[in-house]
Amino acid sequence: MPDIRLESLRHVYSRGTPFEKTALDNVNLDIPSGQYVALLGHTGSGKSTLIQHLNGLLTPTSGRVLFDGEDIHRSKEALRDIRFRIGLVFQYPEYQLFEETVYRDIAFGPKNMGLSEAEIDDHVRRGARFAGVDESLFDASPLELSGGQKRRIAIAGVMAMKPDVLVLDEPIAGLDPAGCRSILKNIAEYHRSTGSTVVLVTHDMDVAASQAERLVVMKGGAVALTGTPEEVFARPEELRSMGLDIPEAAALAQALRARGVVLPYAIYTPGYLAKKLLSMRGGAPC
Amino acid sequence: MLKDITLGQYFPGDTVVHRLDPRTKLLSVIVYFIALFTASGVFSTLLVMSTLLFAVALSRIRPASMLKGMKPLLFIIIFTAILNLFYTEGTVVARWWLFRITAEGIRRTIIMMLRIMLLVSCTFLLTYTTSPLQLTDGLEHLLRPLKKVRFPVHELSMMMSIALRFIPTLIEETDKIMSAQKARGADFDTGGLVKRAKALLPVLVPLFVSAFRRADELATAMECRCYHGGEGRTRMKTLKMQTADYLTLLFWCLVLAGVILLVRSGL
Repeated sequence: MPDIRLESLRHVYSRGTPFEKTALDNVNLDIPSGQYVALLGHTGSGKSTLIQHLNGLLTPTSGRVLFDGEDIHRSKEALRDIRFRIGLVFQYPEYQLFEETVYRDIAFGPKNMGLSEAEIDDHVRRGARFAGVDESLFDASPLELSGGQKRRIAIAGVMAMKPDVLVLDEPIAGLDPAGCRSILKNIAEYHRSTGSTVVLVTHDMDVAASQAERLVVMKGGAVALTGTPEEVFARPEELRSMGLDIPEAAALAQALRARGVVLPYAIYTPGYLAKKLLSMRGGAPC
Repeated sequence: MLKDITLGQYFPGDTVVHRLDPRTKLLSVIVYFIALFTASGVFSTLLVMSTLLFAVALSRIRPASMLKGMKPLLFIIIFTAILNLFYTEGTVVARWWLFRITAEGIRRTIIMMLRIMLLVSCTFLLTYTTSPLQLTDGLEHLLRPLKKVRFPVHELSMMMSIALRFIPTLIEETDKIMSAQKARGADFDTGGLVKRAKALLPVLVPLFVSAFRRADELATAMECRCYHGGEGRTRMKTLKMQTADYLTLLFWCLVLAGVILLVRSGL
């Protein structure tokens, strides 16, 4: 599976008007295939602009986006093909549903790919399964379902294209905790079983810590920090200066260390912290 | 991108023109329109042109933004120019096959083109320097006398300000939905008319759904804040005419008088 590479990417909105704004400034980033990456950053740090470059919805003002070693803007046909291979789920994707039935909405992407009926059916069922949409909902109108279900259908619509890269912009924003957990589980499952790259945009540190293999922190339109969760969360001061926090568990571990409890630095999920604390007491989890 | 549409956009600023009362600006535009359509000679046209250029200079709006906004009207301007150029009777100066060009035709073409451009520039100057909210406020004030004949002035201006308020929101939303559908392989740029119209369905349905949802939410929010129509409603920013406003109005009346004088004397 192919890698993504961003080379000195720059994007300026409304160039030549009083509203001119540089959203991305010299971004260099490599996303190897199969990696689960969390893209973090404060509001306005350029996360959403960045991901819209990944599948060519935005054209860079300067710089290049390479997929599989080739510029994605080399031709119109190539760009359309890229859109099927890099699936992008927008923020609040439930507002993009339009078909009369759930099935047909999920089938929109696969149909645009020009697949046969049988292939479309296969893709739709697969996408629905990965996103946790029950087949009993296929004939319902997507506009009459609950917010959480709509979100799943929209995610299924992108997963149904079987993209090599799945990019999700705040997929759990505004959902209840149970809905958040299950959608994150679905995404992790898709990542594991298809081996595809996942780019998850979030500002929730706990989500990033528990899900991703690698974190990319953005600030002011540039990549400020990147590395494994351990590496990034070992620099809480820098994160705070960017308006971000470290995960709850990491903060707790830090507070405990300050009070003299001997704990390793690489703690950033509640489960791991609990395990360490229990092992110190010599007890087993109950 | 849809975002680049400049028609009717407001460019915030702090110039004399920006600070004028919206009522002054609306009335000035009306007076200017009358002057513009009265002007028929070379000198009177030059007068209306120079005064507008003066106003544009005062507003510090870049001429490039003005010209950019005129692009969509290029067709109409050229069309009018051609009609006037070939179909005006008078002394013939050039002839080719079925076409003849007259001296009067050339003169009228130039004046007509200038007239359209000035007309458009004048409205641009108004919308570029006045926020939509101020504009509807001013309009409500100016239409107040119509209340006497039971004309729903307040409701109308409220509807207008809500509509204006939501234009950018809906444009942004359209952009977002289009991007989302493009990400699923929707193709808006190729194919015939029917195919393109059909391709818009995945954009229009969610857009309408969201417009209704927003309308619903806005109505609830307004009711929560005890909105009950214009009766007894006061404003945070009351409009107040300043010396500059009276001077501006006087200026445009003088321009109009000047134009009438020039036209009367055949210039």
